[in-house]
Amino acid sequence: MRLVVDLNKCQGYAQCAFLAPDVFAMHGEESLLYDPRPEDEQRERVARAVAACPVQAITADGLDRAGASQEASDVR
Amino acid sequence: MSADHLERLRREGRIVIVGASLAGLRAAETLRAEGFAGDLTLIGDEPHEPYDRPPLSKSALLGMASPLRTQLPRRREIDAKWRLGVAATGLDLAAKRVRLADGDEVEYDRLLIATGVRARPWFKEEEARLDGVCVLRTREDAADLVRRLRAGPRRVFVIGAGFAGSEVASACRELGLPVSMAERAGAPLVGALGGVIGSVAADLATEHGVDLRTHVTVTALEGDTVGRVRAVHLSDESVVEADVVVVSLGSLRNTEWLTGSGLGAGPRGVACDAGCRAFDFRGIVTDDVFVAGDVARSPHALFGYQFLSLEHWGNAVAQAETAAHNMICDGADRRPHLWMPAFWSSMFGVNIKSVGVPPMGEHLMITQGSLAERRFTGVYGHQGRVVAAVTFDNARWLEFYQRQIERGAPFPVEFPTLDRRPEGRQPVPAGFPDPSLPTHGPMVTLSGYSPADQQLVFHPSRH
Repeated sequence: MRLVVDLNKCQGYAQCAFLAPDVFAMHGEESLLYDPRPEDEQRERVARAVAACPVQAITADGLDRAGASQEASDVR
Repeated sequence: MSADHLERLRREGRIVIVGASLAGLRAAETLRAEGFAGDLTLIGDEPHEPYDRPPLSKSALLGMASPLRTQLPRRREIDAKWRLGVAATGLDLAAKRVRLADGDEVEYDRLLIATGVRARPWFKEEEARLDGVCVLRTREDAADLVRRLRAGPRRVFVIGAGFAGSEVASACRELGLPVSMAERAGAPLVGALGGVIGSVAADLATEHGVDLRTHVTVTALEGDTVGRVRAVHLSDESVVEADVVVVSLGSLRNTEWLTGSGLGAGPRGVACDAGCRAFDFRGIVTDDVFVAGDVARSPHALFGYQFLSLEHWGNAVAQAETAAHNMICDGADRRPHLWMPAFWSSMFGVNIKSVGVPPMGEHLMITQGSLAERRFTGVYGHQGRVVAAVTFDNARWLEFYQRQIERGAPFPVEFPTLDRRPEGRQPVPAGFPDPSLPTHGPMVTLSGYSPADQQLVFHPSRH
């Protein structure tokens, strides 16, 4: 599982940090830090974070167990 | 190009992408997503699959991510030939061939140049080789720096207080390490955001315990008898003992491999039109060579058609997508790269974000919040128009300001804003340095036709 957050889009709503606290953490009031290569046991939590992001800033692959990629951010 | 020819290109053409980082990967994905079914080759000088760099100066230094595990997620399968760990060394435009460092040659029908930038090394080679003198660009650089910071150095010295340098200094303080930071200008971030915002960044740094030294340059790095760096000599004659030195003097564009190719490539990057097609050195546009990402320099309609080089993550993604689209389209189906410049940084617990081109602004208005509180929105104006905005811990407003830039809203701003303070009623000079004087290399480089624009000329101190 690999993930990246488009921090231009991120507005610090912190939904990801609530849903997957071992992967995403707020740093200060609105900066986000995250682990781009979380452990497999975080998969469900990351999937929930991806879905819950109000600005759809998180792109992750390997979220389904088959390992196919999932597009989570909009494509320009 | 005839419809037949284009159809054949899409079906069985050969596309080569030089540069296997963020822009190269996203371009490859876009090509496949838009139906390119031919041969796709990605060439990268680093021996790794594409990885993300912004975490290297933030979460990796703080121990929240491994510097060796920031590989970028894939949006889709790209079915490409990967030539990793081998640099491109030459381009033959007439024969449509890329030469590789291992002597191989790769032929293309369409080429995308996305070779990005590299860290500007310390200018005295012998001093740069001292153990403990670091740069931060690649994952190996980051792993090396993380190891050195974990070893508990007595003092870290950061040369250059741009975004990267300031982020390193911030991480050091968070790790409890003593850190000094030297900057030629009067404050950090001056090249990117101007002196008014720079003074806020200076206060932030010093309040967090950074030994910030401004209006100075580093004149020499001193090693000990076994070749480890031990001290930094400054232009004000002071000497600071340090066992880790992070050289953070901006970047160099990876265009050397194009020397003599006939492309309009040089230290400022590879010039291209708004459709990402590279210019040759005569200023005539090519039709089978495209450019994207940090190495590109393209005109932007919203900013007076100035050629902008943007070392921004979001620009790499957007320009790669546009370049890839245009590589397999024709005529009116092509799109201009009209991405609104935007970047983020994070230091000393504050989230800094920007849209537009701040260095273009002569004046600045603090339209929301207050500099003293480190939570504010600043709007930059140029010739009566809003051209940029910056927020410190105020990111949710930025999209509104982006719309103002896009519609050429008047400056000084006429709209009312929430949380306007007395200090925000009138514009003040934004405090950018004279562009003819060198700085640490701002993240946004304005370059254009004006002979007065010399921002990319580098004059390291040599006394």
